[in-house]
Amino acid sequence: MAEVVLKSVNKSFGETDAVSDLDMVIADGECVVLLGPTGAGKTTTLRLIAGLERADSGRISIGGQDVMGEAPAGRDVAFVFQQYSLYPHLSVYENLAFPLRSPARRLGKDEIDRRVREVARMVRIDHKLDNRSTRLSGGEMQRVAIGRALVRRPAIFLMDEPLSSLDAKLRAELRLELKRIQKELGATLLYVTHDQIEAMTMADRIGILAGGRLVQIGTPREVYSNPANTHVAARLGQPHINLFPVEVLPDGKAPVGARTVGARTEHLEISLSGKANASIDWVEHLGDQNHLHIRVGDHKLVTLANPYIPVKPGDKIGLTLKNPLYFGADGNRMY
Amino acid sequence: MAEIRIEHLRKEFGAFSAVEDSSFVVRDGEFLALLGPSGCGKTTTLRMIAGLELPTSGKIFLAGGDVTFNRARERDIAFVFQLFALYPHMNVRKNIGFPLLAQGIAKAEIRARVEETARLLQIDHILDRSVSGLAGGDRQRVALGRAIVRRPKCFLMDEPLGTLDTEFRDLMVRELRELHNRIHATTVYVTHDQLEAMAMADKIAVMNHGVIEQFGTPQEIYNRPATMFVADFIGSPPMNFLRFTAGLQRGARTVSVEGVPVAVPEIHDDVAMGEIALGVRPEDIRFSDASPLRGVVYGSEYHGTNQIVAVEMAKGLIKARVPADQNFRIGDTVGLELNHHNLSLFECTSGRAVRSSRHTQVQHG
Repeated sequence: MAEVVLKSVNKSFGETDAVSDLDMVIADGECVVLLGPTGAGKTTTLRLIAGLERADSGRISIGGQDVMGEAPAGRDVAFVFQQYSLYPHLSVYENLAFPLRSPARRLGKDEIDRRVREVARMVRIDHKLDNRSTRLSGGEMQRVAIGRALVRRPAIFLMDEPLSSLDAKLRAELRLELKRIQKELGATLLYVTHDQIEAMTMADRIGILAGGRLVQIGTPREVYSNPANTHVAARLGQPHINLFPVEVLPDGKAPVGARTVGARTEHLEISLSGKANASIDWVEHLGDQNHLHIRVGDHKLVTLANPYIPVKPGDKIGLTLKNPLYFGADGNRMY
Repeated sequence: MAEIRIEHLRKEFGAFSAVEDSSFVVRDGEFLALLGPSGCGKTTTLRMIAGLELPTSGKIFLAGGDVTFNRARERDIAFVFQLFALYPHMNVRKNIGFPLLAQGIAKAEIRARVEETARLLQIDHILDRSVSGLAGGDRQRVALGRAIVRRPKCFLMDEPLGTLDTEFRDLMVRELRELHNRIHATTVYVTHDQLEAMAMADKIAVMNHGVIEQFGTPQEIYNRPATMFVADFIGSPPMNFLRFTAGLQRGARTVSVEGVPVAVPEIHDDVAMGEIALGVRPEDIRFSDASPLRGVVYGSEYHGTNQIVAVEMAKGLIKARVPADQNFRIGDTVGLELNHHNLSLFECTSGRAVRSSRHTQVQHG
């Protein structure tokens, strides 16, 4: 495993700047998750590190070695794609052993067998080693695909939305397992997703990408509680953060020049007694999360319903801010 | 607009039965989600309503008329597969009007209906723009416009948001529901995503192995799951099961879990000795040092406002949803307090919910 460093990396496709001036360090043994919508530059970043794309300028090094001149095969990275691609005519065992059978590796039969079985146990597919890879469920196939990356013990794992083709339940299970495996191996992992829950739960650090730029990078708690601007604030949290002009709920604490207040559930206090300044529109029952839709003047706010505060549509409530986030006219955070 | 009535619908493919004896009613203007894992029969059910598959037996009524053996195009429905495909060489107006043109409707009529549809979707200002230059949200609205411009009796949608980014999907879920609130078209929506179903539907039919395990409002299904399958399929993370062996007596208000008495809603059934599961939702667990029901913290997942804490109990992991500002260390021993009003009990062999003061009328499909 190794540290990966990107310095002032640029990549454009024709007129489009896919990645602009990217500086990022992925520490040895760290799991960094890049979060952003389609077109943010996530996949291009992975492909640049893997050597599948050539950077227009900048430097990329893996384990202290400059790899800009290296072909993909010389970079010691393992790539897991969204669509698992297994060899259909081979068994699970042979699919896992395949990367190790390369003549360049010169691994003995016993060593290959030991590694395959160890990885199969890790990804919980050891009971199906003799199955044809086509006779597996989607989740099992993706485990094999991940396993095939793991047996190689590369310097870094690059994963491009590896769970997005699976159903929600399987996704939740595999993301827990992937995190456990990554920690167990002390693996360096760069993981790309557009799913904020995957990012929040798996990452040591989250990098928020927008329009090819790294807007903010930090631990999930840092990025969630201290977003650098309104764009980052809106990427994380369910329900979405409420962004509204400071005049809507004046609290006398906004810094000079603040235009927008960002308020999540934990920044809003509801009182049933006292002066009412808002009303309940409706309660959206999503099961585990019930959303309270609140109207303040012309603005609609959404917050998580607290089961211990009984409210119903039409109720008048008092709504106050509790240490919310403030943003300036340019969208940047103000303190 | 119309009511859809399904009676004893069954579909077999050779020896495999894809749909077994389904009966349900989608009322005029109602939004029904058919929810279940892949292979559960939800798409087959939808395709039979559309007329793309013929049932092996059973009947389908649309607006009171028996359409079981009518051709798809005689059913006056709009089938939406995917909301993304637009004709890139046409402008917005032509994309929306295309289904009417294909039906041979007069030009003036098409013009009026396209404009009315565009107003409904708040895209009337971009009617003459090319679709290739549109932002994602507007593209979706155009695609929706093309589906609703025909004014069909009902909409059938098969995972229309399946391939979208999560962030975009959240937006579209809200827009689809708001559109439904405006036009009240009877809708059947197939999805494997419980959050989509919970957020949009008036009623949900949860399917498994060709059988409707429960039919009800999102709240009924979430709060009073009829089977362990439903309890486990809905919720993220799903309902926890604490298993124990016991017989249950009518009128009892406590059960014994891992040797600890736990208060439950009053039991309305006598259940012979066997394996029982106590079902508790993650948000109905609170940590309390006073509680004798104890476990060891196994890990936690940070979600922002909340965190999910996994606790190892004598018989497996259970997950609790608690505020993110509480601190836990892996290996800490904690006491768990369960919100006894919201607990469910299941017989493990049948998977069915035991009737109680909470589960008074358990609706099995």
